[in-house]
Amino acid sequence: MKLRRTMLYLPGNNPNMLLRGWLFGSDGLILDLEDAVSIHEKDSARILVSRILKEGEFGDCEVTVRINGVDTEYWEKDLEAIVPCGIDGIRIPKVEGPETVKAVDEALTRIEKAAGVTVGRTKICCLLETARGIWNAYEVAASSPRVDSICPGGEDLTADLRTQRSDDGVELEGPRRRVILAARAAGIDAFDTVFPRINDDEGLVREATFIKQLGFDGKSVIHPRQIPIIHSVFMPTEKEITKARRIVEAAKEAAARGLGAVSVDGRMVDAPVVKRAQFTLTRAGLSEEVQ
Amino acid sequence: MARNSVGRELPGQIAGYGPVLPFNGHKARIPEGNCAGGRLKAAFNDRTDKTVKDIREAIKASGLKSGMTVSFHHHLRNGDYVVNQVIDACAEMGIRDLTIFPTALFGVHKALIPHIKSGVIRRIMGSVNGPIGQLASEGGLEVPVVLRSHGGRPRAVISGDVRIDVAFIAAPSADRYGNLSGRIGRSACGSLGYAVTDADYANCVVAVTDNLLSFPMTPVSINQTKVDFVVAVDSIGDPAGIVSGTTQVTRDPMRLLIARHAAALIESSPYFKEGVSFQTGAGGISLAVAAYVRETMKARGVKGSFGLGGITSFFVDMLNEGLFERLMDVQSFDLVAVKSIAENPNHVEISADWYANPWNAGAVVNMLDAVVLGATEVDRNFNANVNTEADGALLHGIGGHQDTAAGAKLTIITTPLLRGRIPCVVDDVYTVTTPGEVVDAIVTEFGVAINPLRQDLIDAAKEAGNVPLVAIDELVERAHRMSGPMEPVATKDRIIGVVEWRDGTVIDVVRQLDK
Repeated sequence: MKLRRTMLYLPGNNPNMLLRGWLFGSDGLILDLEDAVSIHEKDSARILVSRILKEGEFGDCEVTVRINGVDTEYWEKDLEAIVPCGIDGIRIPKVEGPETVKAVDEALTRIEKAAGVTVGRTKICCLLETARGIWNAYEVAASSPRVDSICPGGEDLTADLRTQRSDDGVELEGPRRRVILAARAAGIDAFDTVFPRINDDEGLVREATFIKQLGFDGKSVIHPRQIPIIHSVFMPTEKEITKARRIVEAAKEAAARGLGAVSVDGRMVDAPVVKRAQFTLTRAGLSEEVQ
Repeated sequence: MARNSVGRELPGQIAGYGPVLPFNGHKARIPEGNCAGGRLKAAFNDRTDKTVKDIREAIKASGLKSGMTVSFHHHLRNGDYVVNQVIDACAEMGIRDLTIFPTALFGVHKALIPHIKSGVIRRIMGSVNGPIGQLASEGGLEVPVVLRSHGGRPRAVISGDVRIDVAFIAAPSADRYGNLSGRIGRSACGSLGYAVTDADYANCVVAVTDNLLSFPMTPVSINQTKVDFVVAVDSIGDPAGIVSGTTQVTRDPMRLLIARHAAALIESSPYFKEGVSFQTGAGGISLAVAAYVRETMKARGVKGSFGLGGITSFFVDMLNEGLFERLMDVQSFDLVAVKSIAENPNHVEISADWYANPWNAGAVVNMLDAVVLGATEVDRNFNANVNTEADGALLHGIGGHQDTAAGAKLTIITTPLLRGRIPCVVDDVYTVTTPGEVVDAIVTEFGVAINPLRQDLIDAAKEAGNVPLVAIDELVERAHRMSGPMEPVATKDRIIGVVEWRDGTVIDVVRQLDK
């Protein structure tokens, strides 16, 4: 029941940020070897990121790496350098169908075996940055047990849709709904794309509120100042917390009395509802009440 | 050799400085006797216009001779033309062996280097930044530079440690009978606070202005009873270097993180309540701390009493929003502050003596609740160095660092753990500027170390729950791990700089670099 509200991108060529990124309090980190790194720095960034993965600190953050696309000459070198370090997962850019996942999955298995890393440990988040990718969202989401999340693109996707990003994000509404549906159908998480206007706090609150309501688990983040803003949007309300507490307490009581069914205010409550209530308390920073 | 209370070995006497009084605690030295004073003067109604033709004429009239001490203020900062103009004129007139006693020097004053090399300037008492600092560090001055804080400097003047022969006061406005103001004129700089004690105690006072007005001019910062001569020049400075437009809060995420920790510490302290007062510098982190505290003041409905120090547009906004009742301004940092001090009676001009001198009946720093300061490095004992860089070269003045640290109830030093690959939290600072006994907390991006002397603050921070506390030793060790070992600075024995504590005792010395 790990929180995944914010996944902060850290440029793979910036040692300052790579060493300190965990201090900003995001739920996860994405060490970026793709867009943040120019073609001339691909090798040095890969070396830097793998050294920092071995020797750096990441606090409680989930640690992932965005590798270069499978249409480049870098992606396998990226995997060979980072997977042996024992990371939580990778992000694959511009996934359009299950065949891409399959190729990466095979490479991951080969590298994990060779490095003595538990096979399957390295999870995959697929970035769906084209219309084709969005269209195939479910097939991608269900293509491998490694795929634990999918995420729509922002700039690239709107370009592919032959439009541009607007303030209210109307052009991404359809893709977002399709992604959340596909993720839930496949039983995995869904992250939203980054909010590019780093000084527009109101716009960020609007967008985060919208994607939270759609059901997204969290958002990719390009600037640390966005983290507390998104966390506050994902913070459950007092009413939600009170309700969740009653459900969790009822479940504990039922378990203590050896009862299979949970009842709150005389109504039966299903296991997924209990799980959801536990998750609400975790999001509210009350995970000790879940234990 | 004597050992002072921060563990520095000091000789009994330093050539070119004199006998050394070792620092022995921040309140240990209590003065006796009376204040020193300038020369008695008389003026009658046969001289009603104090203007003289040019700077040379003023130098002549002032009686300035080789070997004397001349003082300057730094309100025009890096835009200042006056120091260079005066020393150029002295050189042309064959005057040599001067002691210059500026409140600070800036990069623009690198034009003094030829005058140091040719012997026009023999000695500098005041901060030496940039190229002059480098020159001094390499042994380019015959006698050691003496560094004093903003409060220590007026103390030295008033006590007679330093006697000023001629004070040259750059004045953005002056009338013909010697009333001076920094508030108006095209070179306006706001407060003239650093120049006030010089005007009170110098044997002769020369005002240099580029806005000569008829008598009587108002408002007045330094009045006619102190001023002997007035010189009008084409320009006293470059407005672009005197003040910036407004001062911006940093957007650097690392600095913002440090600022957020510092703000949380202030807000957790017993001082964050109705009537709170604070001072922050104009640096990126300091200003961001003020920004966070401002939001919390608004959110919790806390109204402060006063903001102190170098005043920025940011503090002016807080005054105008009712978050402060007064601003006490020794130095106005930007155009907004200059405008405010000219227009708002609650924005008060104060002298450096009033601001920070430990040897008067009470400076404003004593009324300060919290101050946020920077440093080039800090150490396990909470000592702070603001004077020398990692390579051992003199680079910065003390400013109000010692004074506010000693005065404030909560002294916070913010610093990144490393700058580039140079650690800023170390075993032992290269130069002690401010002793750990007056530093309450060190705030880095990796957490907040509170001085164990302040268990009350530690308890309050724990209670608040949002201050990431960490032991100072842990910060030092983490910095070690990240940077690897550092080569010690190689120096010769010769002392090229003396760092005085605000009471005139010696807290540390700086030695010549061995290059």
